[in-house]
Amino acid sequence: MVGNLLLRGFIVGIVAGLLAFAWARFFAEPAVGQAISFESAQDEAKEAAAKAAGKEPEPEAPEIFSRAVQSGVGLLTGLVVIGAGIGCLFAIMFAFAGGRLGDLGPGPSSAVLAFLAFMTVYVIPALKYPANPPSVGQPDTIKYRTGLYFLMMAISIASTIGAWLLRRRLMPKFGSWNGSLMAFGAYLIVIAFFFIVLPGINEVPAAFPAVTLYNFRLASLSIQIILWGSVGVMFGYAGAAALANKDRS
Amino acid sequence: MDEGTHKSVATTTAMDVPLQIAIPVSKILPWAIFGTLLVTLAFYFVGAEQGATSIISGMGVHEWVHDARHLLGFPCH
Repeated sequence: MVGNLLLRGFIVGIVAGLLAFAWARFFAEPAVGQAISFESAQDEAKEAAAKAAGKEPEPEAPEIFSRAVQSGVGLLTGLVVIGAGIGCLFAIMFAFAGGRLGDLGPGPSSAVLAFLAFMTVYVIPALKYPANPPSVGQPDTIKYRTGLYFLMMAISIASTIGAWLLRRRLMPKFGSWNGSLMAFGAYLIVIAFFFIVLPGINEVPAAFPAVTLYNFRLASLSIQIILWGSVGVMFGYAGAAALANKDRS
Repeated sequence: MDEGTHKSVATTTAMDVPLQIAIPVSKILPWAIFGTLLVTLAFYFVGAEQGATSIISGMGVHEWVHDARHLLGFPCH
């Protein structure tokens, strides 16, 4: 039963990854391209300055894959793998949520679940540590930045689960709406606390074009909307079909 | 009196029982652990391998998933 749901989540996730790839090809890649042009221009300027000063220019890192490969099959691999992963995680959440979140029916409850997961796993961590295009970020702080990003994601996931459990405890005493508001208020306080306490990361080069940065972050957001949105909608049907099959057998 | 008590019990039960029957946690848990493990591995390779930490030497994995890593919001380099 749960295995069947997981398999359906896997397939739905692959489809979501393909949709995200089709979208990213023409909406996201221009911003990545512009960021890489900026990077190349910076590198060339540095090289020219080094030559003018009579120094040996730093050797360039060898190119392993061409840009065409990176923005084609490379991007496809990454998005499909993440899509399949999101689909599997979603199936597990759906299995837990079924019959425990009230009676919305499989379609709407799948959509609500996808929205909550999208906010928790992507939006909240990205508000604190937004997605950065190539050439933004210093290579020597990569460990620090990755650590903080995953820490923020873990805090976000724990806060959402905590708020959910708190809501369940408060609802019998204060009613469903008041209990929900109180739990959400507590959630906001916890998230605001960590937004303030955790260190900020500001490594955008001063000359980096603001429009490119905006377009890149918008593209990143839109890809995540497609991934979670299509998983949420498609799994409403796939999950309901799995549950119906179980009833018949 | 008896009838009244009986009625109230029936009402609470009707409110508590959801339409869709919940799958027992004990049945979900093994799949949840198995799934989460695989997904963590997949996320790690797309999101962090040959960036913050490295299991496989070189930059092949990093460069292959480069664009996806940036666009999905993971710190890349």
